[in-house]
This record gives sequence, C-alpha cells and structure tokens, in this order.
Amino acid sequence: MVELALPRNSKITEGKKWPLPENHNNTREFKVYRWNPEDDKNPSMDTYYIDTEDCGPMVLDALMKIKSDIDTSLTFRRSCREGVCGSCAMNIDGVNRLACTTAIEDIKGAVNIYPLPHQKVIKDLVPDLKNFFDQHRSVEPWLHTKSEEPQEEWIQSKEDREQLDGLYECIMCACCSTSCPSYWWNSDKYLGPAALLQAYRWIIDSRDDEREARLDKLEDPFKLYRCHTIMNCAKACPKGLNPAKAIASIKKMMVERRVSKQA
Amino acid sequence: MNNPLSPHLSIYKFKLSLLMSIAHRITGAALYFSMLIFLFFLISLSIGASGYEIFSLIINTWIGKLVMLGITWAIFHHMLGGLRHFLWDMVKGFEVKTVDKLATISLLGGIALTVIYWSLYYIL
Repeated sequence: MVELALPRNSKITEGKKWPLPENHNNTREFKVYRWNPEDDKNPSMDTYYIDTEDCGPMVLDALMKIKSDIDTSLTFRRSCREGVCGSCAMNIDGVNRLACTTAIEDIKGAVNIYPLPHQKVIKDLVPDLKNFFDQHRSVEPWLHTKSEEPQEEWIQSKEDREQLDGLYECIMCACCSTSCPSYWWNSDKYLGPAALLQAYRWIIDSRDDEREARLDKLEDPFKLYRCHTIMNCAKACPKGLNPAKAIASIKKMMVERRVSKQA
Repeated sequence: MNNPLSPHLSIYKFKLSLLMSIAHRITGAALYFSMLIFLFFLISLSIGASGYEIFSLIINTWIGKLVMLGITWAIFHHMLGGLRHFLWDMVKGFEVKTVDKLATISLLGGIALTVIYWSLYYIL
C-alpha cells in the first residue's frame, strides 16, 4: 500500500556528532543511519569525520575505519570488498549501491548512508531481507527438466548460452528491488525486479523444460504487472544489469503465447 | 520488538525517469477527470445556443483558459509517454542512456506541442 510518510517509530532524529580527527585538512563528513534494537529509541543519523589520507578510497573503507577507530558499535554487512558478494548493498547519497564499489571522492558533500529503502531494519545498516529471498525462492531458480538426464551434461548452443548474458551475473544484492517504488508499496505481492530477472533467467534458458509453467505462475496482476517501467532498478544495479528489460521480455512472452494460442 | 522501516521516498534521489513515471500517472488521472468538462461541453451543446453561451463564458475566463492549457499539455505529455511505453512493450529502448534521452524528449516534446497548439489557436 502507498504510504508516503514513515511510521512514527521510524522517524529519524538527530544523532551523535563525533569529534573531528586530529589532522583535519582532508576530512570527509559521513552521516550514518543508526538504530539499536536494544535501546528504546527512534533511528538517528550519527555524524563521523574521516581523514581521507588515512583511509581507503571506497565508502566501505570509511565504514570499516569508523568501526575500527571511532565507534565499534556500528553494524553493517560486508564480505568480499570487490562487488561480487552483494553484502554491503546500502543507500549511499540517495542511490542504492555497494559500499565497496562506490568511491568516496565520487560523492559531493557529506556522505549520507542509509539501509536499503523501505525494509525492516534489524540494526543500523542491516535490513531484514527474508521476504526478498523468499521471493527469489518462489521463482524456483534451478533447472526444471522432463527430458532424460544426459550422460555428461546438459548441452547448450553458443547462441542459447548468450541469452543468459546480462542475467546470470546478478549477485542478489537487492539494490534494484529496494530502489523500486512499486516494490516499496507492494513488496508483499509484487515479486520485484531481482526475483523477476531471476525468473526470466530460467524462462529463457534453452535447457529448461518448464517455460510454460513458469510463465503461468507469473501471470498475475501483482507478481509481474506491478512493474511500471520506472527504471530505478536498472539505474541502481551495481553490475550494470537491466531488470526492467528482463521484466518487459517476460510481459512480451505473455502476449506472444496468448496470440499464438488464439491462432 | 518494534523494528523501524528504513526511509524510502524521503531519501531516494529523484531521477527524471522517476518523475516522468509519476507525471504519466498524474496526467492520466487528470485526463480522466477532464472528461467531465467534455461532458459539460456536450450538455451545453444539447441545450442549444444559450447553453453553449454559458459554457463558452466559463471556458473563456482566465481560469478556464488555464485549465484548458493544462489539459492540452496533459494530452500531449501523456500521448508521448504512451508512445514511450509502446516502445518498451516491444522490449526496445531500455538502455539507461536511451531511457534518459526518451524522458527528456517526451518532456520537452509535450511542452513544445502545447505551445505550437496554442500558438496556432491564436494565429488562426
């Protein structure tokens, strides 16, 4: 449901302002969303100052610097620090992206960091992505076959394999889905860009035998058709993928199969 | 535990493509309600010269003209937006650069067509 304002317990207050470092010729200001389940307070924006000469180039480096040197209670997910695991997805300077592949110097002014938008917050920058992964599971992201199991492997032509380019690279970081206003208002019923891109990745796979059944499952006013081509997803994807295009491809297949059934 | 909801609309950077999506909805809804004006126009015609006189009087006030200007813009804007969606329905024009270009073209195009339409109205 469309709810423009945040619920009362989610309104953000002014937080703690940490002191400037000793050498503050090259400092950058970081405003970070904080919420601790253990104290009974609303979320707040804490302000930290980092000496850029004493810190790595990426936003994730700054967060780790804050955690190790200033405030050990700051909580966030991170793992690979090279844009392949998708753990450090967050809203940085108003756009969803990976903290590890976002350079501090590419952001002007104070660096505002929030958790992925319109999600239940577990702590600080850690959102609850259970629904997101449940939706991924619901598209059954694995090969469905009826034909006899081959001796060695499921063979695919070069051209058929190319159909999966721009789809298989998805790292499930949730930047796209949580950037989508349609997903904000209907995440209970709309599958969202990430799960739909994954759905298309299996629909278009030449080795899969359940294309019709997969399309049947998506033929629903909410699951698929809440996409209104707002394009926030493609603009947010840190891997340069285009979920909106994948969704449009599914919609087109829906029309085509209806037309061919009538013919 | 009462977990908060992370902020969304208030913190997300508004891109032209997002604004154009909102504008497409607003113009669509506005056009739906503007059918009422068209309905009043038809009713006034059916009444005859005296009825049309009243309609024409209202529509020619500056507020009336402003509303008509708004409706013409909404028509052109929504029409170009519709063509954009038609392109997308054919799975074309999805590259991020193309999306931005199409958004700019249809925004400026809608304004340009409105200006041309009203200029012609006053010239002819």
